[in-house]
Amino acid sequence: MSLIMEPDFGTPASKKTERVTVEIDGKSVEVPADTSIMRAAAECGIDIPKLCATDRLKAFGSCRLCVVEIDGRKGTPSSCTTPVAEGMKISTKSEKLDRLRQGVMELYLSDHPKECAVGDACEVHGVAKKVGVKEVRYEAKKTHLDLPKDETNPYFTFDSTECIVCNRCVRACDEVQGTFALTISGRAFDARVSSGNTSFIESECVSCGACVQVCPTGALKEKNLLTIGAPTRSVITTCAYCGVGCSFKAEMKGNEVVRMIPLKDGGANEGHSCVKGRFAWGYASHQDRQLSPMIREKITDEWRKVSWDEAIAYAANGLKKVQEKYGWDSIGGITSSRCTNEEVYVVQKMVRAAFGTNNVDTCARVCHSPTGYGLNKTFGTSAGTQNFESVEHADVIMVIGANPTDAHPVFGSRMKQALRRGAKLIVVDPRQIDLVKSPHVKAEHHLQLLPGTNVAIINALAHVVMTEGLADEKFIAERCDADAFKVWAEFIKRPENSPEAMEKVSSVPASEIRAAARLYATASNAAIYYGLGVTEHSQGSTMVMGIANLAMATGNIGRKGVGVNPLRGQNNVQGSCDMGSFPHELPGYRHISNPDTRAIYENIWGVKIKEKPGMRIPNMLDAAIAGEYKGIYIQGEDIAQSDPNTAHVTAGLAAMEMVIVQDLFLNETAKYAHVFLPGTSFLEKDGTFTNAERRINRVRPAMPSQTGKSEWEVTCDLAKAMGYNMHYNNAAEIMDEIAATTPTFRGVSHARLDAEGSMQWPVNENAPDGTPIMHIEKFVRGAGNFMLTPYVATEEKTNRKFPLLLTTGRVLSQYNVGAQTRRTGNNIWHSEDTLDIHESDAELRGIKDGSWVKLSSRVGQTLMRARITDEVAPGVVYTTFHFPESGANVITTDYSDWATNCPEYKVTAVQVEPSEHLANLSHGNDEHGDVQLDSIIRMANQIASNIPAAGAPEIEVAHHLTQFWTPVMRKRLAEDVDPKLLSDVVKKALDLVKQS
Amino acid sequence: MKIFIPGDSAAQSVGSDLVAVAIAAEAAKRNLDITIVRNGTRGALWLEPLVEIERDGKRIGYSNVSSDDAAAVLDGTYPSIGELDSFEWLTKQDRVTYKRVGIIDPLSISDYEAHGGFVGLAKAQKMSKADIVAEVTESGLRGRGGAGFPAGIKWKTVMEASADQKYICCNADEGDSGTFADRILMEGDPFTLIEGMAIAALAVGATKGFIYIRSEYPAAISKLKQAIEIAKPKLGDFELKVRAGAGSYVCGEETAMLESLEGKRGVVRAKPPLPALEGLFGKPTVINNVLTLASVPEILASGAAAYKARGVGRSLGTQVFQLAGNIKQGGIVETGFGITLDELVNGYGAGTLTGKPIRAIQVGGPLGAYFGKDKLQTSADYESMIEAGGMLGHGGIVVFDESVNLAKQARFAMEFCSIESCGKCTPCRIGSTRGVETIDLIISGKDVAKNKELLLDLCEVMTEGSLCAMGGLTPMPVKSALNNFPEDFDGGK
Repeated sequence: MSLIMEPDFGTPASKKTERVTVEIDGKSVEVPADTSIMRAAAECGIDIPKLCATDRLKAFGSCRLCVVEIDGRKGTPSSCTTPVAEGMKISTKSEKLDRLRQGVMELYLSDHPKECAVGDACEVHGVAKKVGVKEVRYEAKKTHLDLPKDETNPYFTFDSTECIVCNRCVRACDEVQGTFALTISGRAFDARVSSGNTSFIESECVSCGACVQVCPTGALKEKNLLTIGAPTRSVITTCAYCGVGCSFKAEMKGNEVVRMIPLKDGGANEGHSCVKGRFAWGYASHQDRQLSPMIREKITDEWRKVSWDEAIAYAANGLKKVQEKYGWDSIGGITSSRCTNEEVYVVQKMVRAAFGTNNVDTCARVCHSPTGYGLNKTFGTSAGTQNFESVEHADVIMVIGANPTDAHPVFGSRMKQALRRGAKLIVVDPRQIDLVKSPHVKAEHHLQLLPGTNVAIINALAHVVMTEGLADEKFIAERCDADAFKVWAEFIKRPENSPEAMEKVSSVPASEIRAAARLYATASNAAIYYGLGVTEHSQGSTMVMGIANLAMATGNIGRKGVGVNPLRGQNNVQGSCDMGSFPHELPGYRHISNPDTRAIYENIWGVKIKEKPGMRIPNMLDAAIAGEYKGIYIQGEDIAQSDPNTAHVTAGLAAMEMVIVQDLFLNETAKYAHVFLPGTSFLEKDGTFTNAERRINRVRPAMPSQTGKSEWEVTCDLAKAMGYNMHYNNAAEIMDEIAATTPTFRGVSHARLDAEGSMQWPVNENAPDGTPIMHIEKFVRGAGNFMLTPYVATEEKTNRKFPLLLTTGRVLSQYNVGAQTRRTGNNIWHSEDTLDIHESDAELRGIKDGSWVKLSSRVGQTLMRARITDEVAPGVVYTTFHFPESGANVITTDYSDWATNCPEYKVTAVQVEPSEHLANLSHGNDEHGDVQLDSIIRMANQIASNIPAAGAPEIEVAHHLTQFWTPVMRKRLAEDVDPKLLSDVVKKALDLVKQS
Repeated sequence: MKIFIPGDSAAQSVGSDLVAVAIAAEAAKRNLDITIVRNGTRGALWLEPLVEIERDGKRIGYSNVSSDDAAAVLDGTYPSIGELDSFEWLTKQDRVTYKRVGIIDPLSISDYEAHGGFVGLAKAQKMSKADIVAEVTESGLRGRGGAGFPAGIKWKTVMEASADQKYICCNADEGDSGTFADRILMEGDPFTLIEGMAIAALAVGATKGFIYIRSEYPAAISKLKQAIEIAKPKLGDFELKVRAGAGSYVCGEETAMLESLEGKRGVVRAKPPLPALEGLFGKPTVINNVLTLASVPEILASGAAAYKARGVGRSLGTQVFQLAGNIKQGGIVETGFGITLDELVNGYGAGTLTGKPIRAIQVGGPLGAYFGKDKLQTSADYESMIEAGGMLGHGGIVVFDESVNLAKQARFAMEFCSIESCGKCTPCRIGSTRGVETIDLIISGKDVAKNKELLLDLCEVMTEGSLCAMGGLTPMPVKSALNNFPEDFDGGK
């Protein structure tokens, strides 16, 4: 293995299809029209000296090293800025060109250190040698060699003495990242790179690393390069943070990571990165990392380090004992969206085959389960429709409940590139996210709705489309189900869905809604991108379907530049869903009740699979409190911090007899665990992640597992100890089993991914090389299905006691519950969660910027510092959930999406009061009564109110109860609930369920 | 009685405002019914303040009037230079572009029309785009900013480009030392420029225009803003705006000007793409100098043939020369191309102000060549100047007497570049500073031969390697000084 050097062609590839032939130094070469002479030369192996040019940035023409001579033209134009023309004859070498290049390098060297701290990583001396500079004749008086270094960024240094003012960093910040944090200050000899006349850390810089990557000298370099030294080998792998799934070269020295360099060839990121993927991987070797298995009898005992064999045996015995005592279905498992497809697949296989239950769920439950439900109902598949590249072809982009520049930064940058090129933007969000107004980007419309009113807005938008004649009749007629459309059209045109009606609910002016609808509907190509601000609501699934309806009604599906695109939160949330993590589905989103699907797995696994869906996470916790569920295996998820209503979660965990946690760290959930199994970081994993665009990316071990085992091996060991023989020689064999059993993965193998790069599923007979864009000629389900989406207000409402609405989100530098990013230098940007509050609400309560406040909801209370801002509207407050101390989820309720139980994180009625920092709080408010029964009643009624009354809604409700509810839940609903508490539709549906 | 007292910056700088106040006061005292017109200067700058009194349709001139002279001027006892219409220094010129400058009230649209204004625009409005472009091409009009690129060809490129928006940009960032023709025209006859831009807009199909004026010209900025308001009814759907620069010389370079107009740092762009195809905000853009655009109305009004009958060779029409520096009769001389430098500096200019012999002249701004007496017979046209190792540039001529040291002037050229370079390309950014240092070594007598060789090498790198004319032409004054005045570079020996 050696260091991978990706070639640099100097200027970006031309997108022209027309080709021209030119002669360079006597060699004939054919290239696309508009290709630069420099690139054409590079493509035929002629290396023209350059310093300011790189193929990631537009040609700039400042260094003047790449000058050439062209037959019949005067002068010596720069080859980076001069495009080829048919028949052009170019010389890249001559005595005169040598003289000019030497002259330029002599000037550079007259203001450059004789030796550079980063050695060969500085290209100046190398180029000087190449062009033949022997001495510097100038007696330079003015230089920049005594300028101070800026070491304020935790990860890289800016050393102006080495800077040659090639502007690459400034251009990368502008063109690639779109932050415009860097500039050149001064002119002539005083022109210097500047982070806006302040230090890097104080500047607008978001530390994406693009500038460091393109810097040809030692001016901007990773600190590790100086402390660890030059890397000697590279491993191409995939970032383990968000759902963008960036490809990186892990540059290693021995088994130590020196730096992570985004791969130009990376399908998802094309050479770009963000502060997390590029720099914040130090958690993998943080002192908190646990490398040894541990066990304890009671959760109040100290942990005891044991061998793998002892830990596995202990765990298996514990689970078996629970099953003996409480029955087969008293245990289960949770898969992780942080783990590889292969790891997830074996966990759900273990639960179904070794545990003998369908009680498997995934952390996607709390983020994108409504996406799965909603897109499946409308389009027929649980995934985003486009590849990321598609955004470059959009004329109008609607961003709903997502904050790409913070949560999906690399895609956010790509979106901003499209916006700077002229695409129009509509933002639907309670907060003024960065996209609403940032350098060179401004939303045409910001529909600043109240939290919890998404469906009101999407219905109003569709109402405008349908009542103002803006629908794409041809698309609807050709591609969609006519009956469903007719019913939907009648529904959506009703006055109750008009912008004027919905203005009262959402507080968004009707005129703004109308204007936004017109803009979206009349664009040639309009695309919707959405995030957890859509899904994490009591109507999350309804909203996803509403989005799908709008896209279908305007014909914005099935080609470049359009589509419905969930921005996935975690690296492998798409994959963990694909791999059969849900209690009602086998891999590939096939319902557990289908005997043919079960047969495929039963044949290979050699066991019977139960045909009824298992429990979802909230059901598991409810059942634990009810005394029916007693053992759980949790892989790489910290439900005690990430799931809503923390008090309820921990009560559930505390009620269990065998809790097994597999993680890198002793997380909050591990406090309730009996067995701790150390996990592996992405740097040690071998397998695949699937990103938000369904791209299956290879994850390759940059170093051996620090725990001595791969995580899938540990799962297999546990399955074996439970009495089920599960064995693979390597991760590739697991993928082979996935491919053999899952139609959408039919053509996938590690060997193919290694040879051909990433692929987007479906990869099968119909799409041998994968599917960048879905539903091109027809929807996966056949005809597109319009779903009725009545707006039902959430039960979580403000009142006198809790007059404000809390919504939650993420910041750029931290990630989810912060388990990783809090253990890196990223804390310099965000070291605590704060409560964003509007000035008027703060003033009313006597709250000052930075002062401590108590935040309370009906389920709990917590303390944090206030940040006064106009990014939130009056009446709305906002916080992040990165730090366990602030415990934002102590506040959030256990209300959830009616269809999928995805928690309603985005709406909580709260009160905010000034507080002392160390005020004594009992975190959770006491729970009374039968929690499980209460939530069963609420969920059943909620389902009924979300399934519209037209026709026979009881059939739909009955269907839903059979498809997604466990037999136990249905039994309790039928037997333990006072029918007076149920709506008529639920009662009728129950009768139907009983009959079947 | 109409009294003309120039209100432009040149006249103001020698006290014309005070003169106007004094004359108004004196007239009031005498109960005289007078109208004071604050015209532009006629360009005979050594005569300013030049007060003209119109009697019986004749304008009688009184030169170098001070506020103390108000009574004498009104009495008729102040010595007159006679009728301006027969003042030889003016009458022997051939004023085409400057036809109305100094004569009319700059902001009176009726005065403008009375003197032939808007005739060209009216004609253009009846012509096809292609015909307007053809007329301008036929006239031989070339870019007066210095590069001398045929205006018609540029317009044709923009006309043929298809785009949803096109722009006309007037480069009024007149930063060259010893040039002031743009300013005097903008202050003395702003409608001419506006009319020229309106014709250009018709010719290429542009609906928006900008006049980029250097911030050091506040009076011109104000005049043009007022004039645009007044002329609006004449402009149809052509929307014209004034934008002020921010004190950067290099923004006179057309691509840096575009950057500045877009609100960015004034940094030069690489070409291609040509601004004619991808100019302001990436759209096809005509960029012309003030004098180029201001010549267009008369070309349309009197026809291409009349215009191109003037001048020599491929330098057709007239050039507005500007005489400055150590000169007795400085100012504006508009005449057909082909006049000799000698006729300009010794004829119109009447030699040095100090009376000492001329030793050098610099033609074409701070990046132009220094010529000695031997080059004074050179014909002032684009081609002859290049042949002589210089350039005509924007037509500014700065005169030096025998006290000048050309090594110091060469140093000044490099120093100017080291201050005004945009800092983008290496030869200009670092080279200009190294140039100053190297010339300093030569002047101080250190390793003179070696450093002269180094300086010439540097000049080659700057000339051939720079991104724009700023770095590319800086060696011109340096090398011309070295070649034409080698005795000043002997290291003090």
